[in-house]
Amino acid sequence: MEDLSRILRSHPFLQDLDEEYLNQIVGCASNVVFHEDQSIFKEGDEAEKFYLIRNGKVALEFNGRDKGRIRILTIGPGQILGWSWIISPYRWHFDAHAIEEVRAIALDGECLRNKCEQDPNLGYEMLKRFAHILEMRLNATRMQLLDVYKRV
Amino acid sequence: MNEILEIEKKTLVKPDPMVPFLMKIRKTSWDTNDIFSLILEHDDDNKKTFSFKPGQFNMVYAFGQGEAAISISSDSSKDTSITHTIHKVGYVTSALSQLKKGDVIGIRGPFGSSWPVEEAKGKDVVIVTGGIGLAPLRPAIYYIFKHRKNYGRVILLYGARTARDLLYRVELEEWTRKHKIEILTTVDRSDSSWRGNVGVVTELFSYIKLEPNSTFAMVCGPEVMMKYTIDELKTRGVPKHNIYLSMERNMKCAIGFCGHCQYSSNFVCKDGPVFSYSHVKRIFDVREL
Repeated sequence: MEDLSRILRSHPFLQDLDEEYLNQIVGCASNVVFHEDQSIFKEGDEAEKFYLIRNGKVALEFNGRDKGRIRILTIGPGQILGWSWIISPYRWHFDAHAIEEVRAIALDGECLRNKCEQDPNLGYEMLKRFAHILEMRLNATRMQLLDVYKRV
Repeated sequence: MNEILEIEKKTLVKPDPMVPFLMKIRKTSWDTNDIFSLILEHDDDNKKTFSFKPGQFNMVYAFGQGEAAISISSDSSKDTSITHTIHKVGYVTSALSQLKKGDVIGIRGPFGSSWPVEEAKGKDVVIVTGGIGLAPLRPAIYYIFKHRKNYGRVILLYGARTARDLLYRVELEEWTRKHKIEILTTVDRSDSSWRGNVGVVTELFSYIKLEPNSTFAMVCGPEVMMKYTIDELKTRGVPKHNIYLSMERNMKCAIGFCGHCQYSSNFVCKDGPVFSYSHVKRIFDVREL
């Protein structure tokens, strides 16, 4: 468990988290490995976990129907995969799969939600951190939508 | 008498910056489906007089069509040729794209300010670029490679629209192998066949760790991209005076005379195109008039 705490602490998402909160969430954490091309989750499935990526690269895609499969984002070391665990109805909006071997820490969403309910301070801390991730992703999406490199 | 006139011509009379000199196309190549490069040969007279600094531009003249301001994308230490990498977007650039080896074009230049490659010596350099923005930075990259031991870490973050729009792909691989440069590329959109990064160029900052006080940043791309990049650099503590960007405006005369490229109290053609962010911070968000 101590090792897992150290790994959690080394990830940028949690490196400045209070020791007290880290001790609370470490019980929800587990080490995971995904092989190249292995599916991590599918659109519409229950969002049971989120992942702190340590190594490797994950592709987020959705089915663009007649436009084929569209890759919208890749997520790599130091980044977070998945925020649907914190927002009801806790369903994934995209498909995710490893495009190279991925090592990550998985955090159990239900376990973490329960801890957040019990300790609103922890809940607020997690919400602040995820709100920051959401803001960054929203800004990045806006920039992608602007299609800034296209000249007309 | 003739001798005196010749000496005067060489020393006292500076060439008229509004009069183009001629250069012959040695080679043309398409870098992507709408970006091409022209390698231009100097004649013997030009070789003696023409030199440029990384970041400067020329006015490139397609006879019968007009001129366009195009950055020089080649190695500034080469004196036999220069390269312009050009986005085919309008009449002039379309005309230039039709030219072949041996054709002659007009050149005025070089004009404008340059990347702070001397000031950055002894520091880490992070180069952030998007789309064709890599072309004006390529001479700075060559310069750094030539003086590699004078710089700390060199990082290139490069974003393009799709994988097919990445410039100089073969060279990028060679740079990584030969020159101790960390290169991270990303594309804004992709299908499943691309194995690299997908997302905007600013996302790449999460994969690098900067020593902000000893970092020089050189940024070139669409203004929206530069705005978000500068936000990231500031968040990471890079001092404003160490951030440089290349601005693009409607440049016509290239000597600060016509006023087309006026940028507050500056003219982009004369005072830029490369500016320190601390110099243009207040007007950076002002739209082109």
